[in-house]
Order: sequence, then C-alpha cells, then structure tokens
Amino acid sequence: MTPIHHHIPEALLADYARGALDEAFSLVLATHISLCDQCRATLGALEAPGGVLLEEAAAAPVSDAAKAAVLAQLDDALPQQPVYRKDRLYPAPLDEFVNDDNPRWSKMGGGVKQMILTQNASSSARLLYIPAGQAVPDHGHNGMELTLVLQGAFVDETGTYAKGDLEIADSDLEHTPVAAPGAPCICLAATDAALRFNSLIPRLLQPIFRI
Amino acid sequence: MLVQDYNPASAQPCPPTQSGSMAAARPLAEASNLPDTQTEISVQTQWMLAVRDARDRDAFAQLFDYFAPRLKGVIMRNGSTDSQAEDIVQDVMLTVWRKAHLFDPARAQVSAWVYQIARNRQIDLHRAAKRPLPEDLPVLDQAQDDASATIALEQETEKLRKALTKLKPQQREMLEQAYFHDRSHSEIKSQTGLPLGTIKSRIRLALDRLRHELKEVNT
Ligand SMILES: [Zn+2]
Repeated sequence: MTPIHHHIPEALLADYARGALDEAFSLVLATHISLCDQCRATLGALEAPGGVLLEEAAAAPVSDAAKAAVLAQLDDALPQQPVYRKDRLYPAPLDEFVNDDNPRWSKMGGGVKQMILTQNASSSARLLYIPAGQAVPDHGHNGMELTLVLQGAFVDETGTYAKGDLEIADSDLEHTPVAAPGAPCICLAATDAALRFNSLIPRLLQPIFRI
Repeated sequence: MLVQDYNPASAQPCPPTQSGSMAAARPLAEASNLPDTQTEISVQTQWMLAVRDARDRDAFAQLFDYFAPRLKGVIMRNGSTDSQAEDIVQDVMLTVWRKAHLFDPARAQVSAWVYQIARNRQIDLHRAAKRPLPEDLPVLDQAQDDASATIALEQETEKLRKALTKLKPQQREMLEQAYFHDRSHSEIKSQTGLPLGTIKSRIRLALDRLRHELKEVNT
C-alpha cells in the first residue's frame, strides 16, 4: 500500500477518542484508523493518560457477588470472532453499512454514484463512486466535510488524495474534487450539514440526492 | 479452581501501580523462555499475558481485583448507582477476558487497554447507535512478543505518570473530566458554570503543560 499523506489532526482524533463525534464522523475516522498505523498509534498515545489516571483513581469496593458472576462466565462460548480479509475495499467499520453483494448505489449523472450509509438531522455519511476524470459536483459545505479515499485517487484545489488519505474541508472551502486517471475513485464522505451546491440545478436536486 | 481459592481479604486493590518486581508475581510458564530484561515488565502486564496466552484464571482474578474497584470508582463519579456501576464493571472485565487475544503489550499498556474498553462501553451506553470502532489488529505471533518494546512503552508511561503529578489540582481535574466523563464541553459548563471558551482553554492548558513536562522529563 502507498504511504498515507493526509491524516487525522490530533484535536479531531481526541474528540473521537472521547466519544464527542457523532456516528457519521466516527465512521470515517474509524475507517481511516483501520487503514493507518500512524493514526492508530496516535490514538493509543491519547489513551495512555487515561490508563494512568485509571490506575490512580480512587477505588470503590466491588461486591464478591459481582466478581463471582464474572468468573462464572469465563467458560461461556466466545462470540464469533470476525476474520478480516486484508486488502479489501471496505474496512471493518463499514461492514454493517455496506452490503458487498447488494450495493445500494444511486446514480447522480456523469457516471457518479452515491450510497448513503447513515444520516440524521445533523450529519450524514455516504460512499461516492467517481469514474476517472469525472468531477464531484461543485459544492461548498455549511459545516465540516471529511472525505476518505478507499480506492483510486482524487485531486482538488488543496492537493492529491490517494487510498487512505483524509481530506478535511470546512465551510470556507469550495472545492471541485476530480477523480484521477486509473481506477474509479471510491470515497467515504461525512458532512455535518447539508452540502450547498453552487449551481441552480444541483441545488434543486439536492433534496432528491440528499447530498 | 479459582473461586475456591478466592479470598475476599486478599481482594483489596493493593498491588504495585508500576513496574512491580518479578518477585511479586507468580512465575509464569511463558517467562522461562524470556530474557532477563523481562523482569522489568509490570505485574499487570504479566497477568494480562498469562490470561492471553494460557487463559489463566488466577491471573484474571488478579486483574479483576486490581482494575474492577478503580473502574467502579470512576464510573460512580459519573453519577451511576452502585449496581449500575457494577454492571458496567462486569461487562468491561468480561470483555478484557474475551478480547485478551488482541492485547499487544508493545502497543498498549494494560491500564490504557482496559481504559479504552471501559471508555467505549460508557460511550455506547449513552448513545442510540454504537460508535464505529477501528478494525481490530490481530496479534500475529504471540511467541514473538518484543520484551524490549514492552519495557520501552512502560518506561514512557512512567514519564507520563511523573508529568501528571506535576499538574496543578485544577488542571488534573480538567484532565480527569476529559478522560472519564461522557460529557460534552457544554454539559461541563452547565455543571461548573464556566463558559465554554474557558473550559476549552483550561483543557488545552492542561495538555500543553503535560506536553511541556514530558519534554522536560525526556531531556
Ligand atoms: Zn492517519
């Protein structure tokens, strides 16, 4: 695998570690960490003080019954341990959102497709499929957008993003990602508010495409 | 069997909190083929490795006696009742047993590993949907545990521990809030009456100070 150049900023990773992010953003970050040893190590470093604080925490006596109940369950059959195939397109955090055998892609024109994975009032996560050379419709964001490349690469005003790279765009960035030559670019994207498109027609279509 | 051996009088959480000497721990079957430097590995790590490699119930009981009361203390500070807290502790400790095959002492200290399990459990309890977690990394070859990497990590943790002792009480309190409490900044505000900006800068100050201390200890 090519080295990853665009990582999770430490402050964002700290928010993830303490559970402050919602599902859509947590999904993108968990997927990046699955692909990225560097961010996995940083997450470990952020958890280290938690371990020290736990060691030094004031203890509250635990009942003998509670301990006996745990010890009595040690022989219980273990839940099936997942076996991960390496080099697959969708890392484990996406398992419950993507059905490999029956992908629910919807067409957006120009060969671009999307699959909405999760959404609520405040955020959403989707997969985007962009054929080589095609552009994602020009858009700005009302809030933050995270885009993680799972296959292929894209280029926009801020640089080149290949497999494993994470782009973080705030509301100031109006960018036009274009898929690089080669394999179609597949990205996992999360936004914390509806995207606003710069041209009238996509804006009219926005409620339909829910992008 | 373990349950018969179990003596409540010995259940007080009093093992050394760091680099317990090898003499304090039972000799482990696995230890015989390890180099002498392994003696620096903390007693908690030895227990955890015995659970991972030999499904050692006595070692697990030791881990329970060490971590369960601390976990319960932390959880009760979050406002859980005694029995709610014990439910969560039981859950966390069972997960420690069941996920032991994923423990890699070169990647995480036992306490940080247990902390992370407890943290995930607490976060999930307060959410409608589960929080997505990274793919588990398998421990490829348990026989190849790198003792020097484990010891290096424990030494780093010692530096961190020393740095934490230099924090002012207020800074320490903010760090504990950040690490133990399932609570947003705005919720912290409603409890303490402090404005959001102040809280953020306090946490940042605590972390900056921590970083500074780490640098000093490292040089
Ligand atoms: Zn990374």
